[in-house]
Formats: sequence, structure tokens, C-alpha cells
Amino acid sequence: MKSLKVILNGLVTENPTFVLLLGMCPTLGTTSSAINGMSMGLATTFVLICSNVVISLIKNLVPDKVRIPAYVVVIAAFVSVLQMCMEAYVPAIYETLGLFIPLIVVNCIVLGRAEAFAAKNNAWYSALDGVGIGLGFTFALTLLGAIRELLGTGKVFSMTVFSENYGALVFVLAPGAFIALGYLIAIVNKIRKA
Amino acid sequence: MVYLLIIVSAVLVNNIVLSQFLGICPFLGVSKKIDTALGMSAAVTFVLTLATIITYLLQKHVLEAFGIQYLQTLVFILVIAALVQLVEIILKKVSPSLYQALGVFLPLITTNCCILGVAILVADGTYKLPEGMEPNLLAGVVFAIATAIGFGLALVLFAGIREQLRFSNIPKGLEGTPIALIVAGLLAMAFMGFSGVV
Amino acid sequence: MKGDKNMKLESNFKNMVLVLTIISLIAAGVLGAVYTVTEEPIAIAKAEKQQAAIQQVLNGFDRLEDETVNGLLVHKAYQGDAFVGAAVESETNGFGGKIKIMVGFDKEGNIIDYAILQQAETPGLGTKMVDWFKTDKNNQNIKGKNPEKNKLTVTKDGGEVDAITAATISSRAFLAAVNLAYNAYAANSGAPAVNVVSGATQHIATDSVASAVADTVQVPTDSINALNE
Repeated sequence: MKSLKVILNGLVTENPTFVLLLGMCPTLGTTSSAINGMSMGLATTFVLICSNVVISLIKNLVPDKVRIPAYVVVIAAFVSVLQMCMEAYVPAIYETLGLFIPLIVVNCIVLGRAEAFAAKNNAWYSALDGVGIGLGFTFALTLLGAIRELLGTGKVFSMTVFSENYGALVFVLAPGAFIALGYLIAIVNKIRKA
Repeated sequence: MVYLLIIVSAVLVNNIVLSQFLGICPFLGVSKKIDTALGMSAAVTFVLTLATIITYLLQKHVLEAFGIQYLQTLVFILVIAALVQLVEIILKKVSPSLYQALGVFLPLITTNCCILGVAILVADGTYKLPEGMEPNLLAGVVFAIATAIGFGLALVLFAGIREQLRFSNIPKGLEGTPIALIVAGLLAMAFMGFSGVV
Repeated sequence: MKGDKNMKLESNFKNMVLVLTIISLIAAGVLGAVYTVTEEPIAIAKAEKQQAAIQQVLNGFDRLEDETVNGLLVHKAYQGDAFVGAAVESETNGFGGKIKIMVGFDKEGNIIDYAILQQAETPGLGTKMVDWFKTDKNNQNIKGKNPEKNKLTVTKDGGEVDAITAATISSRAFLAAVNLAYNAYAANSGAPAVNVVSGATQHIATDSVASAVADTVQVPTDSINALNE
């Protein structure tokens, strides 16, 4: 029962994008289409799960004063592993996401969960927390990506919904990212209050 | 002249925050007052420049020399974290007044993704340079400083708008983060006007 | 959550250094291992991408020869001993960063097709170059054109190619890369003896050089029976 609660916490109650407002750079930078947003979300989920598990396992071996650098090393290692694996097996996605892959290291969500959850819980719950938060992040990025892609180009996941000529291209560009996310958060806030 | 092109490109045309989406967290976090925005910008400029020089030299003389580029992310983030600590300690000893001005912002900088982002861009030589120019240390440093200035410009402009925003009537649903994001979007739209200048 | 403060290692200097060193060493070791495992697949993926691009932009060849001309990699294609064309890798600075393309020319120097190898243009604008310049609409299509005879610059600059809507800079950069590729093609093109002094290539304004060289190029190709269009 607690397991489910941990997952739902990440997906809904503490959704990293809509509620905690963490990890804004990849949220805005990689969501020019639904598929890009989803790839970025899943990449982050991988790092979250791995680093959460390892950190919860080594938490008692790390002296308190150096815990942050130690956690950062663990996270950076997993990010590099991910980077190399993506370059080898999904080079197209690796190229699209580009700089944002190594920048998962400084995504506040990852270090934040390490500090707030993995450092206090066992490996199983930490893994679940990674799944929950990761999927919450993936969901948010996919949703934002889909909205921007639809409004900008009339497509969702590259499937045409309406003609591209009616799209407002600005939503695919930088300003649209900020504006779409702003309204999305406003809507989520409204739903959460209701 | 070419360096002027790099500067115009990094500050206005390809602004790090408003068109590259790096450093959004401090952009949204410390932009409520112009004073703090200025402090943050100064701290970022300082650390970004130093970090770029050190990571560039490390990349060329250690990582590439030994063929261990795959340690890049790991080494860079550690260097940046250590550098921030070092700058904090030195500032405290050498210039207490400067430390007072920048001190609070320094710990926040380690997780500012524009530092690591620019360090990687410069080390890999994948940032935008004028036609026919090869990436080198000087160009990298100019790019880093210009990027930091661009960050500062966006941050201070945004803070100025947000200060005014407090006196406006904002629809209830949009209060807080949503309106900040929408304002940032409008600012980004204004910066799009620079595209094509360089 | 079991009051683990006293279970933790003490924060003395020895422990801190030791733990950080061990963690860093393990991390470096793991990365080294992953690197050795992924090194080959990465190389294969890159080679495959290049091969796929060559296949796309050339047709009817059974053998490739690589040569570097003016700093650009030229894959010369042969069928038997007959030169049938070349795929040239070329790059310029676009709006968002480097644009790397592969352009295929037949033995007359006409563009067969092109492929984008790398670009970081604005999504929805500059990125349209992936298929914009091969779509048959107004003056967009550059396939079948010859950079020597056709002025391949955007109409705004007096050329005969329609730029991507709202992405003139990306279009200019793309066409500059095509022209650079043609220069390299012309300077080499199955007649490796013809070597043009490099250095004149970095600008689009080298059309004259290109056409001058192209004349010498026609020689070997004329004697070959036309294998493709």
C-alpha cells in the first residue's frame, strides 16, 4: 500500500514540474514536440531511479559533510552511462536532446530527490520514488510537448490533427515554451484547488 | 571585430536564458528584485568565466590527452562545485564587501545549468562562432563572458518587469509562477527581434 | 528512518577524503567499463549513419573511394571503373550552430539528393531544411540542379532558390554548404590528378573557381556511358 502511495506522490501530489516547479530548463528546452519531451522525461527517469537506489544503499557509508559531493558524483556517473548508451543505441534521440542530456546532472529534481527521499529511505521505496517522480516529470514534459506541437504545427506525435498552415509557429519557438507552460501551470493549479 | 560578433550573438541573438533555455531556475527564482538580480548576475559572470577557462584547459590537456573524454560530465561538475567553494573561501578572506554582495548566491550557482552547459559547449567547441573561425581559448572566454552578460541582462530586465508587476491587477488564476512565465515568454518574443542581426 | 544519525560514518577528515575518493574511483571505473562496451556500437552507429546518407544521395554504384578535398570529405562513387558521381560532406555555420550535410552529385555535377547529417536550427523553421529543398514546390527544389549553371542562393540574394519561410539565415547557410560541396566535388571528381589549391573555398563567392574547375572535370566523365540520369 505504501508502495503505491510513494509512486502516486511523485506523479500527482509532488509532481516535479507542476507542483515543485523544479527542472525548468529541460522542461522548456526539450518540449518542442511530444516525442522529444517524452524522451527527455524517460532519460531523466532512468537517472532518477538509478541514483536514488545507489544513494539509499550508500547513505550510511557517506559522512554527512561530504554527502552532497558524493551524491553528485553518483548522479554524474549515471548521467554519463546514459549518455554513452544513448549515443550507441538511439543516436537520433541523443542528437535531438543534445546538451540537455549531460545537464541532467544539474537538474535540481535528481539531487533534490536524493537529498529529500533516498537519503532517508530504503532502496525499494527509493526506487519507487524514482519511478513516481520520473513518470510525473515524463508526463508533464510529454503533455507540454504535445500542446506545443499541436498549437505550433497541428500535429501530435507527428500525426496531423489539422493543417500546419493554421498552426501558430510561435509555440514551437522559445516564447511559446514559456507561455504554454505558464498557462498549463495555471490550469493545473485550478484543477488541484477544485 | 569577430569577438564583437561573438558578444552580440551571445548577449542578444542567442540569449542563454530566453532562447537557449539554460539557467531558468535562477531566472525564475532570484528575479523578484533588481538588487538581487544584479548580485546573481555578477556572481554568475565571475564563476562562469573561471569555470570555462579551467574546464577548457582540463579538457584539452587532461581528458583529451589521455583519451578519457567520457569522464567529462563527472570531472566538470566536480570542478565547478570545488571552484564555487574555493571562490567563496577566497572572497571571504580577500574582499569581505564583495563576499557580502555575492556570498548568498554562490551556493546556488553549482546547480545553475548555464555554468555546466557553457563549460561543455566551449570544451567541445560546439558553440556558435562567426563563419570560418576555429574555436580556441580566447573565443571560448569571450563567449563565456558574453553569455554571462546575456544572462544578467535577461535577469535584470525580468526583475524590473516583475517589480512593476506587483502593482498590476493580475487574474487570480495566473498569480505567481504562471504570470512570471508568460512575462518571460513576452520577453523572449522581444529578444526574437534580434535574430538575423548577426 | 530509524534514527540513523549514529550509524553514519563520522565526518572526520580521513573518512571524508576516503569516501569521496572511493566513490569517485568506482564511478570512474564503471564509466570506463561502459565506455569500452559502448565504444564499438557508437562507432558503428556513426558509420551506419554516414553509409545511409551516402546510399540516399547517390544511386547506382558498387565501390567508394574517399578523398579529402579543400578540407571536405568526398566519397567518390564508381561502378566498375566508371566514375558515376560523388557524395560530399560539407558544413557551414547555420542559425543555431553547425550545419553538416551530405550532397550527392552525378558525374555531370547535377545534384542527385542531399541529407542533413547534423543541424541545430530552430525547430519548425530552420529544421525544415531536412526536406524543404527537395520538395517540388515553387523554386524550392534543388535536386537535379547544377551549382555551376544554376545560381544556388536564395532569391533574396539574387539566386534562384526559394528560402525556407522565415528562416533565410538557415537557408543561406544550407545553400552555402551545397556550393562548398560542389567546389570540393569539382576540384576532385574522379580525376584525382586535378587538384585545386585550397583556401578559396570558405566563401560562397567562389562560384567562378568552381565553374573553372568544373570544366576540367568534364573530361573523364564524357567518355563514360551515361549510367544514370
